[in-house]
Amino acid sequence: MAEKTIEIEVLRYHPEKDREPHRQVFEVPFTDDMSVLQGVQYIKDYLDGSLSFRWSCRMAICGSCGMMINGIPSLSCQTFLRDYYPARVRVEALSHFPIERDLVISMDGFIEKLESIQPYIIPKEPRTLEQGEYLQTPEQLDAYEQFSSCINCLLCYAACPQFGLNPDFVGPAAIALLHRYNVDSRDGAKAERMELVNSEEGVFNCTAVGYCSEVCPKHVDPANAVNQNKTNSAADYFLRFLAPKGGAK
Amino acid sequence: MKQERKRSNAPIFWALFGAGGMLSALFGPMLVFITGLAVPLGLLLPADTMSYPHMLAFARNWLGKGFIFAIIALFLWHAAHRIFHSLHDIGIHAGTGAKLICYGLAMLGTVLAAYALLAIGF
Ligand code: SF4
Ligand code: FES
Repeated sequence: MAEKTIEIEVLRYHPEKDREPHRQVFEVPFTDDMSVLQGVQYIKDYLDGSLSFRWSCRMAICGSCGMMINGIPSLSCQTFLRDYYPARVRVEALSHFPIERDLVISMDGFIEKLESIQPYIIPKEPRTLEQGEYLQTPEQLDAYEQFSSCINCLLCYAACPQFGLNPDFVGPAAIALLHRYNVDSRDGAKAERMELVNSEEGVFNCTAVGYCSEVCPKHVDPANAVNQNKTNSAADYFLRFLAPKGGAK
Repeated sequence: MKQERKRSNAPIFWALFGAGGMLSALFGPMLVFITGLAVPLGLLLPADTMSYPHMLAFARNWLGKGFIFAIIALFLWHAAHRIFHSLHDIGIHAGTGAKLICYGLAMLGTVLAAYALLAIGF
């Protein structure tokens, strides 16, 4: 029996020799259980060793294998070739990011945003060892748990048309994570983070498209975090003159 | 990595947009039905529902004035915001110019509505 094969079309870009990205089609042996990631791994191992892409866990945990697969931001390790076979599959670097090489995008902008939201608990009141751990009720855990599942895969940024138009927009995942710390009962730095939420790079860039939450592989629902913070920000904007010491300036 | 950030003034427009959206969702279809179908076709409502004397009385009543003003002004602000953002979405980033035109028209409509409602008397 002749071996089954599938065509994988890959967006290639080697900055040292290509003036712009171009497409290349590879014919890859196909089995039912192959992920798209395994497909591009086959290309790298047997057809063209210069193909570059990121991956690590192969089980939708590490968040490094995000790609546009037939135009949809997806984790290539949990997207299967059988869902496209016998048609050709198109694989490209994540939209809206500068391409570093082939399917590898530059994450620099995102890392800066991640730093800017202070993604760690800044305690309301530091506790001494003797005072023991911080306790939380299940309700207090519920308030932020969903938003803490983000794996920084950036699919939501590739999905967000507003980030595509304005790369300064803090964007879905960073705002979801910002929200995760703001609603944590142990944290005391909400006012500082709200400055970013309220700023011109903040939540009001969002036009409630919602595609970010649709493509999120971890059900973080970043759109929810962004839109909750529109309300928070608007309340802060109008009520800051009433509250003693106001909110963020 | 601390930098000076400019506070966005979007909440003003967003709040007007939100209020207008809510109002248009609640009253829009009903108004279309009453003014566009029910009255002209003589369905359900008496034929003179929208006669001049009736409408004049409505516009001279404080509550009626409030209703007309809110409907006109907030619908306009809602539309202005939608159009402004849609322009951005289709790649027209006219910035301040587009902003002035969109929100300026809403402002103009608001002022005209207020003026007309006051001029019509009580
Ligand atoms: S919010 Fe979801 S889609 Fe966005 S980076 Fe986190 S896990 Fe990925
Ligand atoms: S390889 Fe880790 S998420 Fe796909």
